[in-house]
Amino acid sequence: MRVVILGCGRVGSLLANTMDKAGNEVTIIDENADSFWRLASDYGGEKVTGIGLDEDVLRVAGLDKADAFVAVTNGDNTNVMAGQIAQRRFKVPRVIVRLYDPIRAQTYRKFGLETICTSIIGAGIINDLLTGTPQRPIEEYIKMGPAVEHVLPVLEDKAASSSENEEERK
Amino acid sequence: MYVIVVGGGKVGYYLTRTLVAEGHEVTLVEKDARRAAALRTELGEVITRGDGCEVRTMQEMGMERADCVVAVTGDDEDNLVVCQMAKHRFEVARTIARVNDPKNEEIFALLGVDHTLSGTRLIYSLIQQEVDVGEMVLLSALKAGKIEIVSAELTEEAPVVGKILQDIRLPKSSVIAALIREESVLLPSGTMEFMEGDTVIALAHPEDEPTLRTCLLGGVTKSPITTATEEERKK
Repeated sequence: MRVVILGCGRVGSLLANTMDKAGNEVTIIDENADSFWRLASDYGGEKVTGIGLDEDVLRVAGLDKADAFVAVTNGDNTNVMAGQIAQRRFKVPRVIVRLYDPIRAQTYRKFGLETICTSIIGAGIINDLLTGTPQRPIEEYIKMGPAVEHVLPVLEDKAASSSENEEERK
Repeated sequence: MYVIVVGGGKVGYYLTRTLVAEGHEVTLVEKDARRAAALRTELGEVITRGDGCEVRTMQEMGMERADCVVAVTGDDEDNLVVCQMAKHRFEVARTIARVNDPKNEEIFALLGVDHTLSGTRLIYSLIQQEVDVGEMVLLSALKAGKIEIVSAELTEEAPVVGKILQDIRLPKSSVIAALIREESVLLPSGTMEFMEGDTVIALAHPEDEPTLRTCLLGGVTKSPITTATEEERKK
């Protein structure tokens, strides 16, 4: 699998090392070249230094040929924007973005972006440990969002339905 | 009209001041506590301290009754998320985003932001207007960059000078929108004659622009820099 990872922090570097060891073609992007120290010494994938919201940087990273794109910078909005560029502009088949804000995670999930909210999952697991509740599948934790979800229904995405008009993926 | 402005930098500040002076209801959200306090001493209760990307802040500001949301922070990704959350969570009719990197204008339109504004592009096109006499200048783009509004100033060498509009073969789907002569605006008609010094305002698809340029301005000219490809530049 050709996977491009944006953000060489704890999650990004760990994922890059794991995917690389398993024989995937990995490219990792970070705006700060110093961040690459987190990669294993035998990491065999590509490293790209640049802003992950810049289409030219994403193209250099091979996004037009990627099977998957993962955005795990420490900025929710950066991840959301990069993920949507990957999805809509580069037509990457699988896009996963990590978000801290549960509401943003739910909102963007509703209109087609695969979001992983580590805050909800972390809180859910710790809660279960404290209360002695058996561990549950990840999907169940993801559903344990904050109550605002009931107050504010997410609207249908009008923009997403027009995505078919976009040029075909080369 | 109720307008929510996100981002209390210079743009947000002057915009809020203008809107208040015009009698609109305005809320300006600023994330930084110190900046928000400074703004409040001058603009008063219209200032809210908070993160404009957080749904709770949005609710407190009454986002659901806003007529318009304007995101003018210095970070494009924040401006995008403010506009998308406003649209998808609160059904705000009109969202406007400041785009710092002009390359993002197209992607913002694709992702559902109603209007984008790039200071960089505006200034650049003004410079172009001064530099490129006898050239076509990109004024603005519509429909996510698929249609462009261009202007061309006619020199005495321009092949259309002395001709009337109906005798000119424009590329298909290109339209002459107006003619500016001295300081008056002329609406195009079939018998309108082009004169030296006129400024032609036209709408065209980017791919038709080289043909349109040759048609209006003649022979060896270069593309408007913002839409030129390498090949076109070599010609």
